[in-house]
Amino acid sequence: MQRHFILPAAATFALLGSTAMAQVEITWWHGMGGQLGEVVNEIATGFNESQDEYTITPVFRGSYEETLTAAIAAFRAGEQPNVVQVFDAGAATVIGAQGATIPVQDLLEQNGAGFDIEAYIPGVRYFYADTDGKMIGMPFNSSSPVLYYNETALEEAGVEVPQTYEDFEQIAPALRDAGYIPLVQTHLPWEMVENFHSRHDLPFATNDNGYEGAEGTEILIDSPEMAMHFTKLKEWLDAGLFGFYGTSWDDNQARFNDGEAAMYIGSSGDFGGLTAMDLPFEFGSSFLPYWESITPEGYQTFIGGASLFAMSGHSEEENAATAAFFEYLTSPEVQYMWHRETGYVPITEAAYEMAREDGHYDRFPAAETAIRQLSLQSGENTAGYRMGFYVQIRDVMNRELSRFLNGETDIEAALATIETEGNELLGRFSQTLSN
Amino acid sequence: MKRAAFDQKWFPVLLLLPQLSIICLFFYWPAWQALRSSFYLEDPFGFGSTFVGFENYLRLFRSGEYMQTAWFTLVFSLSVTFLSLAIALLLAVKADGVLRGAKTYRTLLMWVYAVAPPVAGFLALILFNQRWGPLTEFFRAFGWDFRIRLDYFDTAFAMIAVSVWKQIPVNFIFFLSGLQSIPKAVREAALIDNRSAVSRFWTVTFPLLAPTGFFLLIINITYSLFDTFGTIDTILRNNPGDQPITLTYQVYLDGFRGQDIGGSSAQSVVLMVVVLALTIVQFRMVERRIHYT
Repeated sequence: MQRHFILPAAATFALLGSTAMAQVEITWWHGMGGQLGEVVNEIATGFNESQDEYTITPVFRGSYEETLTAAIAAFRAGEQPNVVQVFDAGAATVIGAQGATIPVQDLLEQNGAGFDIEAYIPGVRYFYADTDGKMIGMPFNSSSPVLYYNETALEEAGVEVPQTYEDFEQIAPALRDAGYIPLVQTHLPWEMVENFHSRHDLPFATNDNGYEGAEGTEILIDSPEMAMHFTKLKEWLDAGLFGFYGTSWDDNQARFNDGEAAMYIGSSGDFGGLTAMDLPFEFGSSFLPYWESITPEGYQTFIGGASLFAMSGHSEEENAATAAFFEYLTSPEVQYMWHRETGYVPITEAAYEMAREDGHYDRFPAAETAIRQLSLQSGENTAGYRMGFYVQIRDVMNRELSRFLNGETDIEAALATIETEGNELLGRFSQTLSN
Repeated sequence: MKRAAFDQKWFPVLLLLPQLSIICLFFYWPAWQALRSSFYLEDPFGFGSTFVGFENYLRLFRSGEYMQTAWFTLVFSLSVTFLSLAIALLLAVKADGVLRGAKTYRTLLMWVYAVAPPVAGFLALILFNQRWGPLTEFFRAFGWDFRIRLDYFDTAFAMIAVSVWKQIPVNFIFFLSGLQSIPKAVREAALIDNRSAVSRFWTVTFPLLAPTGFFLLIINITYSLFDTFGTIDTILRNNPGDQPITLTYQVYLDGFRGQDIGGSSAQSVVLMVVVLALTIVQFRMVERRIHYT
């Protein structure tokens, strides 16, 4: 579809000056609406103005799911965009379909742009990588779960920000007695399961957390640590120390925005939105808590959000244009701008350095939390996970864990169901890939 | 009676061709693709696929969750169809008797017809908002701690209420015009024979309304199965959790959101069979009892 818009423009351009060199046009499908979409357009305009060989056109395609579905349909019709944004849970589908995309690392190297994985912040390096650690997708809007707190509420109750869940258990009654809901979360699978495993360096799936390939990968969620964590959450819920308002993100975060909840676990990417909202209280952010009883010191978390994939089936010139765009995108200036405007983490060390030197974190200390958390000690199980049909697996987690929190099932049954249904989905996914 | 006929054989075919090609392109071909895909597990990009026979179907019937979704769909469809028909009929009968300000009254009742299903869903989210929804507060006054998107029953209640509200005007318009087409002479004759308004309604008006009712029954069942998608999607916002969903929504979740083409195709074939069976039952069982004038 997009071609129809570009062709007349290109034709006009050709008519205007026969001496002018024709520009290479590429398209970028993304799922960033609202204010984020405006920043995306700003990046595209910046790239188009930075040189005169290439033009990129960003197109908003709806939600993450709609963007991916549209890109897949377009690929089957031979009309795929050059760059597509794919969210974390859809990564296995795209990376599993070898031949649908060109690994960004290859793309950059072939076009002389150079690639050094060490230039990236530790927590973002391998989430979108293959078995050998080669980067397939370019991390774009990267965030990690962090703890936000209402400073006024904590002062009123006379408590400190908890670093561990043990700390939280100590301070929660004081917050409750001060009239607050001490804690809410916003995304059970992401914050309480996936990053829980990374924070404690626990294996989340067999086959190196799924990175070694879809075949035979099994989810490992039915563990004593998971059972303990959720049993505690339920105890806190019943004691008024934790609030749960369903699986919708907004229903839960609203309690914090209203000043009802003292703390919430959310995305580092919420920072921009929270700042823009002009809340009637001061807020700060801190690392995602961990259980000292499981690990004496917390490990790093990994990134959520989405990444950009270069789709195959385009000419050499267009691929060169895509490579040039990725190079521009990862430049410190652009990364810093993106970080500043949206709250998503900068993906390179150089951009982080630039933000620090500019005094961004002196002005907004909360903006740095996620980057520091992504750079904590790493372990065997801190790179992330790679599982197919993961959108459905997350649905199963949400369903069973909500049932447990609503008192409709016990934790053993809930975790066993997630493992059984999850493994069935993983088995089905690996069958989609074999010929 | 002389029957009109075409002289050539190809001429009627030519006239039918546009309609036939549209049906083939937008119904038979996709239906065939769905049937074929339902026997495979396929990578969405089209690189790999595995023939799995009836596995995509068997897993549905093994799954307690799918069965629960089927049950909910049944309860949901029956409630929406019954309530929207019953309330619309009541309103139409009452509106038919209004003499003064009848136009204003009818226009107000038809108004909601213009609301699109996703907008209806959005209105539900506002009315039933967990924290400050006016209806939530109303229920709370009666001791019902209403929690949309947290409590299974409450979410189902909101979905049914909004879907019914949205469908009443369509049914109302049809019932009202059906009532107005009943000859005055028949009504007056009935008035002499029977003094009870309720009894007159069931013995005279209702049977005469039956053709309209049958038509509405079919479109209401279709509405409750398929058109309520927008309302459900807006209420759940792509995040079903442990909340109620219908079979149609499940097809969307697995196919468009989860990229499970085989599994989703099998579900859509199941739905196709259900609708086919329903239609046959309706025409065989119900229509026979109806007399068209």
